[in-house]
Amino acid sequence: MMRRFFDSPYAVVLVLAIVVAVLPLLLPSLFYLRVAALICIFALVVVGLNLLIGFAGQVSLGHAGFFGIGAYAVAIGPTHLGIPPWLALILGAIAAGVVAFLVGRPILRLRGHYLAVATLGMGLLFAMVFANESAWTGGPDGMPVPRLVLFGWRMSGPWTWYWIAGVTLVIGAWIAANVIASPTGRALRAIHDSETAAQVLGIDVARYKLIAFVLSAVYAAVAGAYLAMFDGLVTPEASGFLRSIEFVTMAVLGGLGSTLGGIVGAALLVLLPQLLTVFHDYEHIALGLVMIVVMIFVPAGIVPSLANLLGWRKS
Amino acid sequence: MTTHLRNSLPKLLAAAAFIVAASAAHADIKIGAVLSVTGPASFLGDPEKKTLEMYVADINAKGGVNGQKINLIIYDDAGNPNQARTFGTRLIEQDGVDALLAGSTTATSMAIIPLAEEAKVPFINFAGAVQAVFPAKPYIFKTPHTDLMACEKIFEDLKKRGLTKIAMISGKDAFGASMQQQCMTVNAKYGIDVLHQETYGPGDTDMTPQLTNIKGTAGIQAVVNPGFGQGPAIVTRNYKQLDIKVPLYESHGVGSKQYIDLAGAAADGVRLPAAALLVADKLPANDPQKKVVVDYKTTYEKNTGQPVSTFGGHAYDGLMILVDAMKRAKSADKAKVRDAIEATKNFMGTGGVVNMSATDHLGLDLSAFRMLEIKNGDWTLAN
Repeated sequence: MMRRFFDSPYAVVLVLAIVVAVLPLLLPSLFYLRVAALICIFALVVVGLNLLIGFAGQVSLGHAGFFGIGAYAVAIGPTHLGIPPWLALILGAIAAGVVAFLVGRPILRLRGHYLAVATLGMGLLFAMVFANESAWTGGPDGMPVPRLVLFGWRMSGPWTWYWIAGVTLVIGAWIAANVIASPTGRALRAIHDSETAAQVLGIDVARYKLIAFVLSAVYAAVAGAYLAMFDGLVTPEASGFLRSIEFVTMAVLGGLGSTLGGIVGAALLVLLPQLLTVFHDYEHIALGLVMIVVMIFVPAGIVPSLANLLGWRKS
Repeated sequence: MTTHLRNSLPKLLAAAAFIVAASAAHADIKIGAVLSVTGPASFLGDPEKKTLEMYVADINAKGGVNGQKINLIIYDDAGNPNQARTFGTRLIEQDGVDALLAGSTTATSMAIIPLAEEAKVPFINFAGAVQAVFPAKPYIFKTPHTDLMACEKIFEDLKKRGLTKIAMISGKDAFGASMQQQCMTVNAKYGIDVLHQETYGPGDTDMTPQLTNIKGTAGIQAVVNPGFGQGPAIVTRNYKQLDIKVPLYESHGVGSKQYIDLAGAAADGVRLPAAALLVADKLPANDPQKKVVVDYKTTYEKNTGQPVSTFGGHAYDGLMILVDAMKRAKSADKAKVRDAIEATKNFMGTGGVVNMSATDHLGLDLSAFRMLEIKNGDWTLAN
């Protein structure tokens, strides 16, 4: 029964919704709530990225670029253009989608390492633009982000943002589950297994790759906008190379091709720096060690390996 | 039941905090620090961390503050503002600190400022840029000189020498970009005309094209280079190679021996504003700042085996201003300490004389900077 339950992509959404709803009752302070909100925000990126890497099998090392577009949209929109923050958020997500569409068409023709390098370059370009156009972006020191005001309520503090990010994560996971269960999801998996075979079967490979790319870019942009508004500050570091790597690490660590895995991966990478402070000067060594150990002993990622071990899922 | 539940789940997460907190008795004063000990800004965070640890141990050995020991909690944000904010939240909400000494960079400081302001925790930061304390917010203070002051010091010297038409070549990193902006806000006040401007990227290895443009601009009497790290050393070398005759001014960002090593003989004759700490040994014996800077320099170099930097000095000033305020307030009460910090007068730090007021939460004036000239590969006091 357990096995059948976990085979359904919607099961994850249900479990997630329950966890998100119950968690705040158990958290003793605002600090934990902030950490939980951060996990939800980063998990949102990884759920999107998982569609691209885990299902379509396309690696992106530039998703922080889209994260940055979302983040800077809610900073620049209200500050320079007088657009209300909620509208800036939507416009930012659309902008990221359009950019992903335009950039994705040519670069998704590339495969493997070439695709990875092309997306890497794209991410770096965005980071450079954000750092250099100081009249608009405040330069390398970044710029403040105005508070989100919805229906007369000022959205600030970990409580509010936990709920916003948590609910969005559940919706995001639900959309991802829909995609996975649809013909698009099957097409993506076919491309993952063999592009040539998928083509022979009549799947429009370029189109489906592009769908996954655009979708994951929109996820990243929304998460970027949330983080910027939550922190009240945005710096070019939001779209930096290390951020992109962090996203991919979260996806791989938790388990590619598993929505729950992505969320677990995000949780792990947000929590570890907080837990490892006990090691003081050695926390980076400890962090690296944890990742190496996970990759050696559970190469498929934490969640898929665990599910296999418990016999919940056919391998 | 509820309390049991509340305590059981986040146990894993709390373990870290408990271990840190366990070493502290209740009566301790808790000071929280979020510093960029690793990552690209580690040249700031590392000396700050060492300075704080060293002097807190010293203060505790001498009996603490008002009879209370200081419990210093340091977290490393790796230069990431988002991480800085998370650790800031942790210090305030979880560790319950009495005061914050944090923010190695402007970005990380700006990330923590709203938290401290909201929770009403006295917060002394080590941000370079002026927006960290202007306009003044009740609980926010800072110790490092601002880039605005560096510009003013340079312009003051230029005016004294009758050099009013200048060119600027600035780095595009956070430091260079911010200082360039600040310089352009005060040049008119000193009657300085900026005839030409150039920039270079953080990774550039040759600035000859930009400097050729500057050389080709008629009427330039001096060149100012707001920048940090290797860039200014390359500018200085290229400057000599192109045989540009007018004086070159560097910023306080090159205030380390490394700059002279990298630029070599080309650095001769270069002027820059810098904190007295750089020329501690060369200050005249009657200089009021001499004792503080020589003491700090000797202590730091003896304990760490590394050359002193002005950045560690900012942390020293922050800690001493805080401790001094706690002594005058006769408690670690946040509001009282805040008032006491704001009332700091004639405090002699490594950065200069600090005189805070309700509108000035930095408290340094232009005398905090010394104009240095490099001669024979060493710093000398100009004038």
